Amino acid sequence: MNLHEYQAKELLKKYNVPVQEGIPVETAGAAEEAYKQIKVQTGNSFAVVKAQIHAGGRGKGKIVGTEQRGVAVGKSADDVKQIATNILGGTLVTIQTGPAGKVVNKILVAQDVYYPGPNPVKEYYLSILLDRSKGMNVIMYSTEGGMNIEDVAHDTPEKIFKEWVHPGGGLQGFQARKIAFNFGLSGEAFKNCVKFVTNLYNAYVGLDCSMLEINPLFKTSDEKIIAVDCKMNLDDNALMRHADLEALRDISEEDATEVEAGKYNLNFVKLDGNVGCMVNGAGLAMATMDMIKLAGGEPANFLDVGGTANAQTVEAGFKIILKDPNVKAILINIFGGIVRCDRVAQGVIDAYKNLGNITVPIIVRLQGTNATEAKKLIDESGLKVESAILLSEAADLVKKAVA
Amino acid sequence: MSVLVNKNSKVIVQGFTGTEGTFHATQMIEYGTQVVGGVTPGKGGAQHLDRPVFNTVADAVAKTGANVSIIFVPPAFAADAIMEATDAGIALVVCITEGIPVQDMVKAKNYLLGKNTRLIGPNCPGVITAGECKVGIMPGFVFKQGRIGIVSKSGTLTYEAADQVAKAGLGISTAIGIGGDPIIGTPTKEAVELLMNDPETDAIVMIGEIGGGMEAEAANWIKAGGNKKPVVGFIAGQTAPPGRRMGHAGAIIGGEDDTAAAKMKIMTECGIHVVQSPADIGKKMKEILGK
Repeated sequence: MNLHEYQAKELLKKYNVPVQEGIPVETAGAAEEAYKQIKVQTGNSFAVVKAQIHAGGRGKGKIVGTEQRGVAVGKSADDVKQIATNILGGTLVTIQTGPAGKVVNKILVAQDVYYPGPNPVKEYYLSILLDRSKGMNVIMYSTEGGMNIEDVAHDTPEKIFKEWVHPGGGLQGFQARKIAFNFGLSGEAFKNCVKFVTNLYNAYVGLDCSMLEINPLFKTSDEKIIAVDCKMNLDDNALMRHADLEALRDISEEDATEVEAGKYNLNFVKLDGNVGCMVNGAGLAMATMDMIKLAGGEPANFLDVGGTANAQTVEAGFKIILKDPNVKAILINIFGGIVRCDRVAQGVIDAYKNLGNITVPIIVRLQGTNATEAKKLIDESGLKVESAILLSEAADLVKKAVA
Repeated sequence: MSVLVNKNSKVIVQGFTGTEGTFHATQMIEYGTQVVGGVTPGKGGAQHLDRPVFNTVADAVAKTGANVSIIFVPPAFAADAIMEATDAGIALVVCITEGIPVQDMVKAKNYLLGKNTRLIGPNCPGVITAGECKVGIMPGFVFKQGRIGIVSKSGTLTYEAADQVAKAGLGISTAIGIGGDPIIGTPTKEAVELLMNDPETDAIVMIGEIGGGMEAEAANWIKAGGNKKPVVGFIAGQTAPPGRRMGHAGAIIGGEDDTAAAKMKIMTECGIHVVQSPADIGKKMKEILGK
């Protein structure tokens, strides 16, 4: 599950991780109020307005039809109000949103961290994630902050450092110090950085994050270390023990069809193709998508109906797939193991009859327990449903349907 | 006698009295697996499916001599169950549970280091040695006895492969469902290694998915070992978009190296017979062995 920047920063503060302070708002009027409040707190008449969407690249992205960037500095109350007006309700297109962009419902009015002081400011990069091959969490960091880290990794891999955290002992003091030294910090900033990294790691573990990225990690002119931006992904499997975090889900950021599928416990991912599919098992579902492509079609979705493919799940699956007007055919691919194919076939027939107005061709491939009986049921149902037993036969039927 | 499990394996079920545990224990017993008992904390002393229930894995091992455990415990408690079985000295732990938090598995995987326990899974269909012993949730009848080994991240795709192998006139020695999570006990390479060293396995089907680097690691190992046995490979997710989790927690493209295309390329370079279509697994195996 993805969080917004403002949500992630609130959570970090609970772990004593210093962040760029800000106030999330939904109207231009509230943005103006937030600016005034921040000005009083910081004594600085600059503030940053940041669009809150689940995608990066906001600073370079623009609101559709305008020159307004997704992150902008306001120099006065009026300025902030104007920027807020430009951004709120607009559609922000960034390198990560795709051409459709994302509607901005919320902005964060945040303090300007580039305030003047005795020392120069500096931006760094730091993220914590899982190293799958080592089975450990790894802290990845670089002195090249504020930039796209993939580019840094590609162009100057020597500027990326990694610190693996042993699962038994957790993050050790020497590791946090090593990171601060590698950033080239000393004095107060060094001490603050060690605390920052230690607390950030605690947040990563305590919140069951699957990824936590601070870019930039910022040294202020008065030697503070703060998180200016934060990207936080939570482990969906761990949400069961974080009811408070589950409440932070913003479904307006998710595909509406995917949200609906979730209500039926269906695992659905929307794609752009013309052949819908419904499969039991994630691996077979991906393999079925691949087969559709090889047969000359393009998969319209990923849909794993899980171990119990009955009339209800099949009907829900049909409804969800048929919402997509691009779908020209549907392939149902079930390998019946514990689930009997004839039961699934009956489920398909019942669901088909219940829905009544399916106009696209349906191809059903049932293999495994009672596959022959299942094929007979489908063939004798009188419905416009083609049946297959072998995967290769199903592929041929898809080829015919998209030809 | 094939690998991991055989007719002499003594199996206990953790989460024995739950719905899943009961259903699949019954299926395993019907298949002929020696299920010698089960564990459900607090229900020790009871009988279930005509077998004893114990409070702890250690009790179960002491009383039954069990050397294999299969776990059907809910996700919040599954990592703990893995560690308990490890602590009790169980040689093979098969964890079926899907949805275990990643940080729990980081701990469990670390706990296994230096212990004499092998973990298969989690989020897997289990292990089956055809005609002898099923420790998992797979439909046993699909796995005709024979001399082809299967290593797979996916459940139903394993059944598909086994079925195609049978239709090609061949059969299965042992099929190992290693699981679709980001952290699993036995990675592809180790499972392939077991089958490479098994005198009762002539060839291997290796099925992977997008995400992670396990298939590349296995492919390099196979090549370094001189391709002792033919391997047919398939990677699911050629059409998966980057950055999206495709059902399995581990099935997510993170970069350029863990796409299906990248994996298929390195596997081909390492002498693995990679098929583009999942429908061709059995056909390809027959073709290679027929030469």
